[in-house]
Amino acid sequence: MADIPHNFRRRQVLVAGASALIASPFWFEIARADAPNIRIGFPTPLTGAFSAEAQDQVRAAQLAVKEFNATGGYKGRMAELLVRDDKLNPGEAASRTLELIEKDKVDFVVGSLSAATTLTVNNVCKDRKILFNSISQSDQINEASDWSLYTFHEALTPHVTAGAVARYAFPKFGKNVVYLTADYAYGHEMVRGFQRAGEPMGMKTLADIRHPLGTTDYSAFLPRIQALKPDVLVLCNFGRDLLNSAKQATDFRLKSTTKIITPVLLYTARQAGGPEAFEGILGGTSYYWGMEDTIASARAFNNAFRKAYDGAVPSDYGALGYAGVKSVLQAVKDADSTESLKVSIALRQLRYDWYKGEQFYRKCDHQSVQSVVIVESKSTVMKDKYDVFKILSVEAPDEKNLRTCEELGHAVTRT
Amino acid sequence: MADLSPQLLALQLVTGLSLGAVYALLAIGLSLIFGMMGVVNFAHGAFFMVGAFLGVYFLGMTGSFWLGLVIVPLVTGLLGMVTERLFVRPLYGRGVDYPLLLTFGLSYVLIEGIRMLFGIEGLPTATPVQLRGAVNIGIGLFPLYRLFLIGAAATVIFGLWLFVEKTRYGLIIRAGSRTPDMVRVLGVNMSRIWLIVFGLGTAIAGLSGALAAPIRGVNPEMGIPVLAESFVVTVVGGLGSLLGAVTAGLLVGVVYSMTSLFAPDFADLSVFVLMAVVLLIKPQGLFGKSGYMG
Repeated sequence: MADIPHNFRRRQVLVAGASALIASPFWFEIARADAPNIRIGFPTPLTGAFSAEAQDQVRAAQLAVKEFNATGGYKGRMAELLVRDDKLNPGEAASRTLELIEKDKVDFVVGSLSAATTLTVNNVCKDRKILFNSISQSDQINEASDWSLYTFHEALTPHVTAGAVARYAFPKFGKNVVYLTADYAYGHEMVRGFQRAGEPMGMKTLADIRHPLGTTDYSAFLPRIQALKPDVLVLCNFGRDLLNSAKQATDFRLKSTTKIITPVLLYTARQAGGPEAFEGILGGTSYYWGMEDTIASARAFNNAFRKAYDGAVPSDYGALGYAGVKSVLQAVKDADSTESLKVSIALRQLRYDWYKGEQFYRKCDHQSVQSVVIVESKSTVMKDKYDVFKILSVEAPDEKNLRTCEELGHAVTRT
Repeated sequence: MADLSPQLLALQLVTGLSLGAVYALLAIGLSLIFGMMGVVNFAHGAFFMVGAFLGVYFLGMTGSFWLGLVIVPLVTGLLGMVTERLFVRPLYGRGVDYPLLLTFGLSYVLIEGIRMLFGIEGLPTATPVQLRGAVNIGIGLFPLYRLFLIGAAATVIFGLWLFVEKTRYGLIIRAGSRTPDMVRVLGVNMSRIWLIVFGLGTAIAGLSGALAAPIRGVNPEMGIPVLAESFVVTVVGGLGSLLGAVTAGLLVGVVYSMTSLFAPDFADLSVFVLMAVVLLIKPQGLFGKSGYMG
């Protein structure tokens, strides 16, 4: 500020003061009555084990809101993101969502990051007939018992992710497989996904070893895996569990005989864990910023994100936050309404390419049909701190990789 | 189980012993403070966590893992001494639950403090280059770092035993833990003894954290399960018994490891079943004598 003339600064203060007056609650109420903001509730675990992912979701979602507002919003109405911390707790997520709907009068809900919280958020939204676009991996949310016309699922499902990794890895590395699985819904859903995809390939499960969620020392499980000599070890766990088990499997030198794969290899997890722990490990993800080399929308999204956040690149879950909000706001324009039901109908018709190529929501369960990226963690020749994965393959979006509508219990409505 | 072989059983046993060595190391810090002072230090896990963070921090600063192993116990020991002097000392002479509640609260302060300093996600860790990889120990491959851990734990425990049993200072500590008033009458400043004992206990906790960091990763909540683990070991071994802590640590490690092999779902539970059985047969724990280390 030193080089700015003194009187100019004073003028700035005056201008700021005047604008503060204009923006004071009194005026604001009038302005709102005129064109109320489109309010999007965003419950996500800002604290807890997935906080890094959640914070990136928020950053990217805010970018989507900013872009919507910069292009004039919907009939002059601006969008607004109301972020709440669900603390990774299903009960907390339900009460925050209820509060968002009843007290803050949100029009839509986007968010969540855990199979358990996303189901409770969905339940609250379903009861109140508010559209919810889930950006958390879950199989159950698509099943008829949990699903409603107001339920959308922007994220991948464990079934599709595990299936894509299995289809890539099993033919390459061998048929004898051991699972080391975190003993809760996520782990079980992932194992089921791998086994379903592996069955036609003649894949053989040597053992499915279940470990308690949050185990810190895996050494007691590793000698047995060593003795089984599998071709592939699948780590069906997440976050710190994945980090610790991967690291300790490396210490036991399992990698010399066995390929270690994991259904979900996240950008944020790799950043937190460092190159040593994940060296050579292969996994699936919904997005990696390196896709910008071949996909124009990825480049545009990355550049917008870089510009907004100091050169940082968006993570996979971040990108889901972006797409989740972007789809809903696009549907508001398409529907020419902010009513959840009308927006839901518009979303069902939407074909979009926000950041990773063409996507659409399957009619029967509103699952976003999308590509899966298979990546391998780099430990050498990294250009900068963002350069952590090598893209091995991209599985194109295909409805046949999803569980069928019949299997999920939906009365078949294909149109 | 079709894949069961003598080699696998032997390797599983060694894994159990290496786990046990870490358990024993974790438990002696807790046991020392309880045995000498009658204070149950619920911040033990938090000091372990602080030690792990400091270890990674000093590694980044100095580039030497080994230097960290020297500095970390000094810092956490000092932190422990400050804690004793300012917060625990005023509570002497009151019930055992006063310092328990105080240290319980302190553990949350330490966790939040670390979150403020280092963020909520934790830090990436790496095994020191010299100790990477695995070696063939005759029955299969075993990680070098875990062998080092067994050695490190044995060294620390042996050093502590020497200090408590064979030095004049240790003699005063042992005497003071049994009859503090008599020792005070003989002209020994008991306050200073307790200060040192508390510092020693937290120094060992911090050192354990720095040693465990390359295996377990480092995050603010990492001390929470550690408190439970060391508590089980301390109770099984007998509160305040050094020999008990070591025996129980190894026993818990082996039980955990063997259960993991045959029934992985029950691995966590098995440790608590062991504790329940021991308490039913010997309510004092395996080597429990109230009041002193021995």
